[in-house]
Amino acid sequence: MWVLRINMSDQSYKLEELPEKYKLLYGRALTSQMVYDEVPPLCHALGLNNKLVFSAGVVTGTAAPTSARVSVGGKSPLTGGIKEANAGTAWGPDLAKMRVRALVVEGLPEKKDVYWGAKVKWDDEAGKPDVEFFDATEHIGKDVYEVYPQIFEKFGEKVSIASMGTAGELGYGNSGVVFNDMARRPSRYAGRGGLGAVMASKRLKFIILDAKGAPGIDMVDKSLFDEGRKKLIDAIRSHPISQPKGGLNSYGTAVLINILNEAGGLPTRNFSAGRFEGAAKTSGEAIFETNKERMGKEIYNHACSPGCIIQCSNTYYNEDQTEATSCIEYESTWALGANLGVDNLDDIATMVQLCNAYGLDTIETGGTLGVAMEGGLLEFGDSKGAIQMIHEMGKGTAVGRTLGGGTEVTGKIYGVKRVPAVKGQGMPAYEPRAVKGIGITYATTTMGADHTAGYTIAPEILGVSGKLDPLSPEGKAALSRAFQATTAFIDSCGHCLFIAFPILDIATGFEGMIQECNGVLGTNWNADDIVAYGAETLKVERKFNEAAGIGKEADRIPEFMKIEPLPPHNQIFDIPDEALDSVFEDL
Amino acid sequence: MIVKVKLFATLRKYLPGVELGKSLDIQLESGTSIAQLYDVLGIPAEEIKLAYVNGIFCEMDTELKDGDEIGIFPPIGGGSY
Ligand code: SF4
Repeated sequence: MWVLRINMSDQSYKLEELPEKYKLLYGRALTSQMVYDEVPPLCHALGLNNKLVFSAGVVTGTAAPTSARVSVGGKSPLTGGIKEANAGTAWGPDLAKMRVRALVVEGLPEKKDVYWGAKVKWDDEAGKPDVEFFDATEHIGKDVYEVYPQIFEKFGEKVSIASMGTAGELGYGNSGVVFNDMARRPSRYAGRGGLGAVMASKRLKFIILDAKGAPGIDMVDKSLFDEGRKKLIDAIRSHPISQPKGGLNSYGTAVLINILNEAGGLPTRNFSAGRFEGAAKTSGEAIFETNKERMGKEIYNHACSPGCIIQCSNTYYNEDQTEATSCIEYESTWALGANLGVDNLDDIATMVQLCNAYGLDTIETGGTLGVAMEGGLLEFGDSKGAIQMIHEMGKGTAVGRTLGGGTEVTGKIYGVKRVPAVKGQGMPAYEPRAVKGIGITYATTTMGADHTAGYTIAPEILGVSGKLDPLSPEGKAALSRAFQATTAFIDSCGHCLFIAFPILDIATGFEGMIQECNGVLGTNWNADDIVAYGAETLKVERKFNEAAGIGKEADRIPEFMKIEPLPPHNQIFDIPDEALDSVFEDL
Repeated sequence: MIVKVKLFATLRKYLPGVELGKSLDIQLESGTSIAQLYDVLGIPAEEIKLAYVNGIFCEMDTELKDGDEIGIFPPIGGGSY
């Protein structure tokens, strides 16, 4: 196992033995620990001293189901704190199969106008990976959908590619790191927090992995792994949310639009209401039914990455049967739909595609445009205007660069008081006044407003692992804490977070996930151990943030949510500060 | 009494022809519970996960009232990304 360091100051690389203390750290646990150990918390996120760390999960690259996740970590230019964002892509297993536990991009070249690509390939003779650099300047300023086919053509269809779009090149806080999906689309984003800009600041345009001949994953106890894997597969295949032709496979994540709307928790027109009259037209059902009408048959969703048996990623088709985009996630159709008062699915699809093409995060883009609409830049509902603004962002016009700074920056520039952001990061698709637990997660997670960090929506709205009253504050700090710790583990084990639905309801599935990890690592973890593992990661992230000047005072929900009641339930966010503080104090 | 019913995702087949997001008025005897409404609609109980009545999650034995708006869902999930 190695740490592969790519130094962009002089385009050199170094392969180091993995230090003993990182032996059991993977994915988010490792990216966060290495950022804590190596990045000065007060450094500039786009400067010499920030680093970008990639690490795949414990079971990534094995035959474990739905496990091709890779984490990307660094100091975030959006929040100023620590960031981990992850994506499902063949890039993750390719890194793991070459036994690179962490790929670290560091340094900064003096010459600003030259961009580089780094190709990492397995050297069979030497029995280790090596790196070649090439000039990638010609690919700057372009749509990544134009660039990826050229790179695949040059390096072969079997490679996988990490990159960023113009949003990253322009240094936006709103910019992701992009990876290819199974159809080689540049559509799988580690999207949140501006890590695309960190990669671009180092003038590294591509990291290309060619794992041909690589040895793959070493396991301590293969039969234990197989036993666990089988249990997890059975749980995924038998749960109605994750099974073939189940909720996710049929309707994708956007199936959530209608339930959040019914529950009064779908943030509408920049978080001014909890219900959107046009919601149904933007939902997973609408995507499914529109596709059926246009394509003349039912179309089920596909896998974003190798080995996924849930397969939740949709493709949305135009009237002329050409592909409009893949994929429209719940958060994206919400951010660019209800949040902007837009109910035109074709326009939403156009916006999603443009965000992908320019390297923008759909959530931050929607949050930003919502605030800009409130500030008078455009009318709510003006989807054509919104499309134009995304072009301006991608092209780097004056107004585009303003918007590229994200939700909070845009709120300041337009003098808007209703700015749905925490720690500088725009809020996702669940309204804290109508779903209290998720509000606690937004407030307290080290990431800035982030739903994935502690997805209490499962019990509060969906009835997964019990059913709790979303409007009640009771017990929600403990709930968020437990979800945050477990999630930090799942983000480290390499599984897609969507295995949470079957494993929260089916105990043997949960057991199976732990057995898989024990099989790979030779550990003897139980359920408490994995929560403790996740909690350790949270503590490290928290320490980084505190040293970066982001303490508990930043663990707060924006003031307007505490004073403006939200229709239809007319509730405010009524969680006391002490309860918010208890999330980390009692960790 | 009359209640307004919306079905979502895989349950949509039980109210064919109703436009997505639109509700259908259903006449019920007063005192009908949510579970009894499922029978009226002919939806097998195991296909249903939960119902929101006027935006509030309600248990199966909740009695419905005239004018209630009910959204009924199968097990669904997503949105973690
Ligand atoms: S469940 Fe969806 S997001 Fe997760 S790995 Fe599978 S296709 Fe990708």
